[in-house]
Amino acid sequence: MAVCIAVIAKENYPLYIRSIPAEQELKFHYTVHTSLDVVDEKVSAMGKALVDQRELYLGLLYPTEDYKVYGYVTNSKVKFVMVVDSSNTALRDNEIRSMFRKLHNSYTDVMCNPFYNPGDRIHSRAFDNMVTSMMVQVC
Amino acid sequence: MEPPEEPLRPVIYTMENKPIVTCAGDQNLFASVYPTLSQQLPREPMEWRRSYGRAPKMIHLESNFVQFKEELLPKEGNKALLTFPFLHIYWTECCDTEVYKATLKDDITKWQNVLKAHSSVDWLIVVVESDAKKKNKTNILPRTSIVDKIRNDFCNKQSDRCVVLCDPLKDSSRTQESWNAFLTKLRTLLLMSFTKNLGKFEDDMRTLREKRTEPGWSFCEYFMVQEELAFVFEMLQQFEDALVQYDELDALFSQYVVNFGAGDGANWLTFFCQSVKSWNGLILRKPIDMEKRELIQSQEATLLDLRSYLFSRQCTLLIFLQRPWEVSQRALELLHNCVQELKLLEVSVPPGALDCWVFLSCLEVLQRIEGCCDRAQIDSNISHTVGLWSYATEKLKSLGYLCGLVSENGPNSEDLNRTVDLLAGLGAERPETAKTAQSPYKKLKEALSSVEAFEKHYLDLSHATIEMYTSIGRIRSAKLVGKDLAEFYMRKKSPQKAEVYLQNALKNYVAEGWALPITHTRKQLAECQKHLGQIENYLQTSSLLASDTHLTEDERKHFCQEILNFANEQKESPGLKVVLSMHSFAQLKHLHFDPSNALVHVGGTLSIEITLLSQMPISVQVEQIAVSVHFSIEKNSYRKTAEWLTKHKTSNGIISFPNENSSVPFSRSSSPALELYEMYERSPSDNSLNTTGIICKNVHMLLRRQESSSSLEIPSGVTLEDGAHILKCSNVTLDPGVNKIIFRTQAKEPGTYTLRQMCTSVGQVQFVLPHIYPIVQYDVYSQDPQLKVEPLTDSLLAGIPQKVKFTVTTGYYTIKNGDSLQLSNADAMLILFHAENRAIIYSNTREKSSEASLMIQSSEKVTSVSLPMAPAYHMIEFELEVLSLPSTPTSGESDKLVNKEPQRKNKEKQKAGNCMVTLDQKVSIDCPWSIYSTIIALTFNIPFKATHSLLSAGKRKYIQVCVQNLSELGFQLSDSNLIDTGNSPDLQLVPLNTKCQKGNKARQEDPRELVGDAEPKNSIYIQHIYSKQSVFFVWELLWTKELPPSLHCHFSLDFYPASEDRSISLKPYSYEFQVENFFTLYNVKAEIFPPLGTEYCKTGSLCSLEVSITRLSDLLEVDKDEALTESDEYCTTKLMYEVVDNSSNWAVCGKSSGVISMPVTARATHKVHMEVMPLFAGYLPFPDVRLFKYLPHHSAHSTQLDADSWIENDNLSVDKNMDDQTDNSSQKSKSSSHSAASVEHKGLPMPRLQPFPSGQVFNSSTGMQILVIPSKDDHILEVSVT
Repeated sequence: MAVCIAVIAKENYPLYIRSIPAEQELKFHYTVHTSLDVVDEKVSAMGKALVDQRELYLGLLYPTEDYKVYGYVTNSKVKFVMVVDSSNTALRDNEIRSMFRKLHNSYTDVMCNPFYNPGDRIHSRAFDNMVTSMMVQVC
Repeated sequence: MEPPEEPLRPVIYTMENKPIVTCAGDQNLFASVYPTLSQQLPREPMEWRRSYGRAPKMIHLESNFVQFKEELLPKEGNKALLTFPFLHIYWTECCDTEVYKATLKDDITKWQNVLKAHSSVDWLIVVVESDAKKKNKTNILPRTSIVDKIRNDFCNKQSDRCVVLCDPLKDSSRTQESWNAFLTKLRTLLLMSFTKNLGKFEDDMRTLREKRTEPGWSFCEYFMVQEELAFVFEMLQQFEDALVQYDELDALFSQYVVNFGAGDGANWLTFFCQSVKSWNGLILRKPIDMEKRELIQSQEATLLDLRSYLFSRQCTLLIFLQRPWEVSQRALELLHNCVQELKLLEVSVPPGALDCWVFLSCLEVLQRIEGCCDRAQIDSNISHTVGLWSYATEKLKSLGYLCGLVSENGPNSEDLNRTVDLLAGLGAERPETAKTAQSPYKKLKEALSSVEAFEKHYLDLSHATIEMYTSIGRIRSAKLVGKDLAEFYMRKKSPQKAEVYLQNALKNYVAEGWALPITHTRKQLAECQKHLGQIENYLQTSSLLASDTHLTEDERKHFCQEILNFANEQKESPGLKVVLSMHSFAQLKHLHFDPSNALVHVGGTLSIEITLLSQMPISVQVEQIAVSVHFSIEKNSYRKTAEWLTKHKTSNGIISFPNENSSVPFSRSSSPALELYEMYERSPSDNSLNTTGIICKNVHMLLRRQESSSSLEIPSGVTLEDGAHILKCSNVTLDPGVNKIIFRTQAKEPGTYTLRQMCTSVGQVQFVLPHIYPIVQYDVYSQDPQLKVEPLTDSLLAGIPQKVKFTVTTGYYTIKNGDSLQLSNADAMLILFHAENRAIIYSNTREKSSEASLMIQSSEKVTSVSLPMAPAYHMIEFELEVLSLPSTPTSGESDKLVNKEPQRKNKEKQKAGNCMVTLDQKVSIDCPWSIYSTIIALTFNIPFKATHSLLSAGKRKYIQVCVQNLSELGFQLSDSNLIDTGNSPDLQLVPLNTKCQKGNKARQEDPRELVGDAEPKNSIYIQHIYSKQSVFFVWELLWTKELPPSLHCHFSLDFYPASEDRSISLKPYSYEFQVENFFTLYNVKAEIFPPLGTEYCKTGSLCSLEVSITRLSDLLEVDKDEALTESDEYCTTKLMYEVVDNSSNWAVCGKSSGVISMPVTARATHKVHMEVMPLFAGYLPFPDVRLFKYLPHHSAHSTQLDADSWIENDNLSVDKNMDDQTDNSSQKSKSSSHSAASVEHKGLPMPRLQPFPSGQVFNSSTGMQILVIPSKDDHILEVSVT
């Protein structure tokens, strides 16, 4: 389904990033990092809207020839970026949204862990499994 | 003016198309009306209500009026909509019934029949009336009649199908009105026709679409049908609706492709899967690309053709709709989509063909948008177009790589062949763009033509893209494009140009902590720097890469080897030193001081163990690791004194350094650690602390702007400090991982040493840690030798052996063999020593280092303690027993001193409380390190306090000594002894203490023998005296001759601590006192007799008290005072007696006191009678009888009772209560004892009373009691229990 899932801290450093063709990891890192430009753009455009009306899902950040990059930003400005294969036309916006929601829930669980320091890299098996499930599903 | 017969052109220009309206009937008439009509028709909008719930629209109608021909009517099955006549109008201006009947009616009928044959119901008959014509005709019918006739004949129940237009060419209100009515009708009818016909068309179209699953259904055919609808909407200026048609087609096609990909292929789609042969890009300059449309129509279009055509139509419509930014967005989607679809459909595409197509398309779209927008609009919408720019750049780049235009040597023949093929696929340039200099076609062709041209175009594009990204704040994207550019430059062997892009990108990645991009970019940068010959930077980058865990082991080793190679190469030619930051090379983890409090004395060794985490993948031989140390002296600070430091600097000696992990970047990556120092400012006059604070020494580093901070790759701040103090460690091998390095240093100057920098040298390469933080310091101190003597217990007790601890702090002095402490012996303090005295030697940190036996030699004056050898900065501790002698009976002189001094002190201290008497003993000690003697004062407490009292029994005398133990210890007492120091032979002191000892008398003769007396111990009676308790000793005084007026006594007592063995002989405790006037002069005897005739005394009845005072001796020395009156040999003295009953048992009736004259001869007796009344029943003690010397007034020096009290006492009466009496008596006794002053105040010569010393008067009736029985009538029995 997703080929790369990344959680990026408010300060734009990666908290978690995983991609499935491991050989292309570097490329995905570049892609996700570049996508932060659009996230920033969208977030700053959204900043004017009322906080409670704010939509967390940012939609398609930008398409590339091979991939589509979707974004999601939590209220604490932690960004989720998901890269999906362009050929995977079965994925609709709604599915992407629900995937993000799942990711957000799992991330919240990670944050609830008293042994987790906010701002540290995420090393959670539960989170890992969830990400894996989102990556494997279709592929 | 358009001629009515307009030919149908094969090329469709929808914009110029208008709905067709045919005109039949009078063509000349129409021609005359046409200008007004065509002008007026679109003037007013009309509401178009739509079917299928689509929103109604206001629409301006225009029409293309053509002459009616039967061929115009669509045949059955013809789906063309553009050529469809929506309305048929018949024009006539006939007003003549005859004419109507003759020709017009037939004509209309014929027209109607043709229409009916084609089942066209949209028609209108216009009757034009003109006044001019009417006038000419005479037999004209009323106007209405013709219209009525027509309506009657043709408009079967559709009377609105016939309208009248009055004088259309005149300018009158009537004409205007008539025109308006006509136009409204025309518009309504046109719209009705649209609705009906389009509805029908749409229905047909849907039916066709529903058949799409049937075999033989052709997308292209359907495409043409739906496009027809789009054309009509476009014709009606309904671009939105037109666009919807194309979007539907787009979606339908996309869905088919997706389904095909999913295995559900439609037959017709296979046609689109033919391999791509032409990739000439989008063409957006024409509204309709007829070329492509025909291909579609003839079902020859490829996928790219179809997509191109579809998009060109969408683009046209979007531009009509003023939505150019949507064009760019859709274009990007389209391009991505096409690439995907071709992949999905497995269409074979020559390499590079798609890149060409995409590149051309991007530029075409961009140029198209530029063509319809002004500069400002474009600039403010860069975010919409930049994607296309970037995409084009990317594609050109890949084309460049593909065609060998990026390589250093230029394209080879294979590359050239490929280029030729690619160019062939482009075909010839389109005529539309042929004249444009910058057409995409020309650009691509030029770019592929030569290496130089490619470079120019590629750089242009890249720079434009970077600039655009930067201007809209997409820094990361800009950096990524920049990195591509850098790669290009590297391929072109211009590393100097690449470097800046790489640096910028890297800075960004580092700032945001993206490890993989960092590693990758750094690798590129390393290569770049290597080419540039930036040795220092290259080595720094290499060291970073060598420590980068994201690289493979081999890569890391390679970079590490690069550094080592350089380091070794340069060994032969010294001079060039490369200074690199250490943090990538190794990390400082811990630092461990030994001694752990980081405190060392001058000359001492300090070792610092450093834990370095080497991040190199291989072992590195390091020539030297040096830590530069900053030295500061704070001489005046109390904090730096040796005592303070040894006590207060407590730590485990381990300092941990924060983990400088670069993976989590923010704040840490950019700003250096705070360097904080304590600051004390002292007043210059008295050295008191004025201010204190914390200073940050690297403010300049922390507060500078982030942007301007130097690149992270080149730590420019790395400078080597030149410190005089450097800790070094040579030839160390740093293995990957944790290494421990130990520095040893000999402390030299006292002060504080701060570790500042660490420098690791590998050949000519030095890795420098510019700041060691947190601050690491060690202190060096120097200390003077010291001797301290303190008791082991809280206080020392005199008289028993007590331990005293000697502490020698050697400081800088080394105790050599033969060094000794010379203690000058104090007279009253002995230093006792045993065979084995042991000294323990500690290091300054209180660690026991050795033990040695102590040699003590004592001579007459000096006790010498030879110290064991001890190094500097150590402590020697040993204990000596000292004995302070409470009294030394060796010499008479000192005896008195020792004894009387404490007694004096005793008096002073006794007032404050029951304290022990103290003795200060001073010992002067000569230490080997000093020419001056140290004087040590030890204070001893005397554990005992003795008091004495004289007791009498008639003439017999006893001496009682009370010994009180004030200390906390219990003692054993023995050998109590009292001697008369006067040594009078007539005197004997007979001890009445339990177990008298034989030979006591003999020993009295020579008390000195007491010391060292070898008396068998078992015969000595041992008495215990516990803490805070008293023991009494009594002796009877016997004499043979007359007694001396005073007696000097010496009391001595042996004592030992109860807990200890009596093995040591100790000096006895001694007490010296004097007893005076102890001889009994008078005997006072009181007797109470019951009233005469009764046996017992009764309460309330008077009894007689007889006091008899008897002189026991003849005239003695003591009697010689003022009271004595001598006449011849007969001496008398005046005495005063007083009967006092302190317990209110008796009421003394009459005079209670009186003065008597007493003859000074033995057995002279004076009797006094008085009456007393018992107040209570029971055994009552006798009232006290007191006797005083009554001194005549002439002496002002003696004490004297003052007159008032004297008189008061006289009036002592029964009714005085007991309390008053006690008060009185106590006052009296007080005043009698010290009332010298009051007499002088009175100034009156008064007789005085002087009490007798206690031994001179013996009251023989003391303690006697008499039974008093209650009187008979007394019913109250008072019982008091005490």
